Amino acid sequence: MATLIVNQPPVGGFSFDHCKRNAYLLGEANKVGSSLPTARKTGTTICGIVFKDGVILGADTRATEGMVVADKNCSKIHHISSNIYCCGAGTAADTEMTTQIISSNLELHALSTGRVPRVATANRMLKQMLFRYQGHIGAALVLGGVDCNGPHLYSIYPHGSTDKLPYVTMGSGSLAAMAVFEDRYKPDMEEEDAKRLVRDAIAAGIFNDLGSGSNIDLCVITKGNLDYIRPHEEANKKGVRTGDYKYKRGTTGVLSKVVTPLNLEVVEESVLTMDTS
Amino acid sequence: MNTRGLRSQLKDSVPVAGLCPQGAYGVQDSLRSGFTSVKNELLPSHPLELSEKNFMLNQDKMNFSSLRNIQGLHAPLKLQMEYRAARQIQRLPFLQSSNLALDTLRGNDESIGFEDILNDPTQSEMMGEPHMMVEYKLGLM
Repeated sequence: MATLIVNQPPVGGFSFDHCKRNAYLLGEANKVGSSLPTARKTGTTICGIVFKDGVILGADTRATEGMVVADKNCSKIHHISSNIYCCGAGTAADTEMTTQIISSNLELHALSTGRVPRVATANRMLKQMLFRYQGHIGAALVLGGVDCNGPHLYSIYPHGSTDKLPYVTMGSGSLAAMAVFEDRYKPDMEEEDAKRLVRDAIAAGIFNDLGSGSNIDLCVITKGNLDYIRPHEEANKKGVRTGDYKYKRGTTGVLSKVVTPLNLEVVEESVLTMDTS
Repeated sequence: MNTRGLRSQLKDSVPVAGLCPQGAYGVQDSLRSGFTSVKNELLPSHPLELSEKNFMLNQDKMNFSSLRNIQGLHAPLKLQMEYRAARQIQRLPFLQSSNLALDTLRGNDESIGFEDILNDPTQSEMMGEPHMMVEYKLGLM
């Protein structure tokens, strides 16, 4: 057993030992008619917009597992650094881990250079990592932040391509959100207008896409200031019960009452001690 | 993290080591790697397996060839000499070495990747048999 790894030094990272076994199990499961459990996806609407002073990122808060809502209030806007935030769509674990790794790397890089990190650096790190894994890491991200060169907004796809745009949407509800953006976006908007636009875009995704739902989270990033508004608005309130099945006292009328006392005598009394030995 | 020269990709081809058997004489080493089947050797179990196995090698080759094109032959030669020297600083084969010098040279001490988080070799449940590993390293086996 131990001799199996004499010539191979153990390395970290992904291990592909079980891939063949998993493929075989999947084939067997499909033959019987069942299927293996799926990863939890976020089936999302995320979007970002550049306005006059900075960047606003918006996201819904529903995480789905197949056809079931797994998390009604999950947080999809991840912290990369104090001036850069990233929304993630796709497989929830992938977006979570990827953003955490890039956040750590960016922090180390900032300590090494002694400067505030730039959004382009985070973008390049993410793009190189996602391309290395050829799209098997299912993370579609909207990266936004303000650095020394101004506000920047990038969209990053799972295979590693990126776009630098003034407004982006990602996720299953991206078409609904993009429709709202295309209709009402203007360059150099004011903060309140931009917040309302992002809120409307996410609401469009929430109400028209099954994979998105619950609340709207917003993140407003300006030079030197950060506003993480969670939740900005509870678009879908869980319903309040209108009726109650408990009946009040006196609902049923009492017609007659008969009381019969039970006279019991004490016949025998014995005490049994517990066996505590 | 990645440096690419302009024409370096066209010049040097990067051969990828495949899944051929690891033992001496190119034959499967049943003692060390267990039993084998033709199907296992022909196809990788995952599309990323080959590229991940050779990732560090390919990165180094790419960086060295672009460095050679920019600064001349002396630059990669000196660096490779340093790498070779750093790679020799190791503990005994069955113990986990920190590879601190090698990491510093490569720049890995300032970055975190999946190889630091997943499947940490210091936490692996299997350990090589000490005597066999030392004999193998010394060439006595």
